Amino acid sequence: MTRTTQWLYGWLLLLPAAALLALFTHYPAAATLWQSFHSTPRAGRGSVFVGADNYRQLLDDPIFWQSLSNNLWYAAGTIPLSIGLALLMAAWVNGRIPGRGLLRLAYFTPTVLPMIAVANIWLFFYTPEYGLLEKLTAALGLQTHNWLGSKNTALGCLMAVTVWKEAGFFMIFYLAALQQISPYLAEAAAIEGASRWYFFRRVTFPLLMPTTLFVLVNAVINAFRLVDHVVVMTRGGPDNATELLLYYIYEIGFRFWDPAYAATLTIVLLAVLGLAALGQFGILERRVHYR
Amino acid sequence: MSAAVYRAGPLARSFETAGAWIVGALWILPLAYAFWTAFHASEFSTRFVPSAPLTLENFARAWIAAPFARYFVNTIVLCAMILAGQLVLCTLAAYAFARFAFPGRALLFALVLLQLMVTPDVLIVENYRTMSGLGLRDTIVAIGLPYMASAFGIFLLRQTFKTVPAELDEAARIEGCSPLQVLWKVYVPLARPVYIAYSLVSVSYHWNNFLWPLIITNSVEARPLTVGLQVFSATDQGIDWSIVTAATLLTTAPLLIGFLLFQRQFVQSFMRAGIK
Repeated sequence: MTRTTQWLYGWLLLLPAAALLALFTHYPAAATLWQSFHSTPRAGRGSVFVGADNYRQLLDDPIFWQSLSNNLWYAAGTIPLSIGLALLMAAWVNGRIPGRGLLRLAYFTPTVLPMIAVANIWLFFYTPEYGLLEKLTAALGLQTHNWLGSKNTALGCLMAVTVWKEAGFFMIFYLAALQQISPYLAEAAAIEGASRWYFFRRVTFPLLMPTTLFVLVNAVINAFRLVDHVVVMTRGGPDNATELLLYYIYEIGFRFWDPAYAATLTIVLLAVLGLAALGQFGILERRVHYR
Repeated sequence: MSAAVYRAGPLARSFETAGAWIVGALWILPLAYAFWTAFHASEFSTRFVPSAPLTLENFARAWIAAPFARYFVNTIVLCAMILAGQLVLCTLAAYAFARFAFPGRALLFALVLLQLMVTPDVLIVENYRTMSGLGLRDTIVAIGLPYMASAFGIFLLRQTFKTVPAELDEAARIEGCSPLQVLWKVYVPLARPVYIAYSLVSVSYHWNNFLWPLIITNSVEARPLTVGLQVFSATDQGIDWSIVTAATLLTTAPLLIGFLLFQRQFVQSFMRAGIK
C-alpha cells in the first residue's frame, strides 16, 4: 500500500466519526464561546455583540456564585467518600468474607439503575412524616426534620444519593486491579516482616494508582455532569441550596430561555472541567507508577 | 487483602465482616424499601407488617396511568440506534488510528479524546440550537446523534486493535483482502469481548440518560422511559408513592433483570471497559 493510499484510507475511515464529533462537540464548544460575547435575541432585536457584558452579569450574579460553591462542596464531599468506600468495598469482597457474592451484588446494583429512578426512591426515603428516614429518627426519639426542605441538609442528602450510586461502580475497577496484584508480593512482604497496613500503604496503594487516577477522572466529570437527581428531588431549592452548575445552566437556558447567559455559564463549567483535567494529568501523573 | 498471608486476626476479621455487612445492608435498604412499597397496598407503604398482603395492583395502575408501552419502545429504539451507530463509527475510526499512518493523526486523536472531558451532556444549549436548525427537535434521532461518535468507544477499540499482531494483518492482505475485509475478518472477530463489554456499558448508559432527552423532547412519541417516568411522577401522581415506586421499578425492570441474570458478564464488562 502506497503512502498516499494509507493517508486516504486513514482519513476516509475517520471521516464519519470526525464529522459527528465536529458537529456535536467541537462546533458547540466554539459556538458557546462565541455566544457568550453576544446578547440573547429578544422580540424586535436580534443578537448583538456585547463584549464582556455577560461575564459582568455573571460576576454580579449571586446565584451563579452559590451554584459554583455548591458544586465545589458537592465534588469535595462526594469524590473522596465514594472513592474511599469503593476501595474499602473492593478490599472486602476481594478477600474471603462470608456472603461475598451477595455483598458484591448489593454494592453494585445501584450502578445499574438510572439516576432518575434512584432519585425517586430516595425522594420517598427522605419524605417528611412518611419517609423511612423520618420513621428511623422518630424511633430514636429525634425531632422531625424536613431533610430535603431544609437549607442545611438538602445538599448533604443529594451527596448521600451520589455516593450510594457511585461507590459500587468504582469498586469494580478497584476489584479488577486488586485481582491483578501478584500474591507473591504479599508473601515477600510478610517474610520481610512488613505489617498489613504498611504493606497496603507502600505496595498495594501505589500499585492501585493508575486505577485511582481513572476513577478520579470519572468522579470529577460526574460531579459536574450529572444533575438528574437535582431535577427530581429539589429543583435547586430550597433557597438555591442545591443549585449545581449544570442545573443552573439548564434553568437559565430552558426555563428562562436566555441562551447567551447559559452559554456564558457553560464556559465556566468547561473551564472547571479543563482545570480538573490539567490538574489530574499534570500533578497526579507524576505519582502514578508502573504504567 | 490481596493474599492469604495478610489475613487479619479473628477479632479484626469479625469487625471487618460486620462492617462489610452493615454497608451492604445500607446499600440494599433503599431498594428493599422501594420493593416493599411497590408490592403492597398504599396503607402498608410505610407500615412493615410481615403479614401484609402482596399485590400487583400498583403496577397495573401505573401502567395505565401513563403511556409506558410507548416509552419502552422509544427507549429500546433509542438504545439500539445509538449502539449500532457507535459500533460502526467507532470501529472505523479506531481502525484508522490503530493501523494507518496519515498526517494529523496525533492531533486528530487528541481532538477525539477531548470529548471524554467535554461530553455532550454539558453542551446542551448549543446542541439544542443545532438540533432546532436541523429540524430534528423532538425526535429520537436527536437524542442519539450527539452520542454516536463516542470518544470512549474509539479509544477502547483502538487500544484493542493495537494488540492484534501485525503478521495476521499482513497474512490476510497477502491472501488478497482489502483493508475493509481485513477489518471485518481479522480485527472485529478478535475484539469480540471488547464489543460485548462496550455494548453493555453503552446500553445501560443510554437507557438511564435523562437530562438531554428531557430537553430535546416534548412529546410522548419521542420521550424515553426516564423522561416519561419523571413527567409521570412530577405531575398529579406526586403523593401516591405506591404507584410512583411501582412505575420506577417497572421502568428499570429490564435492566435490573438483565443485570441479575448476567451479573458476571456485566461486572466483567465494566471491568474490561475500565482497564484499557
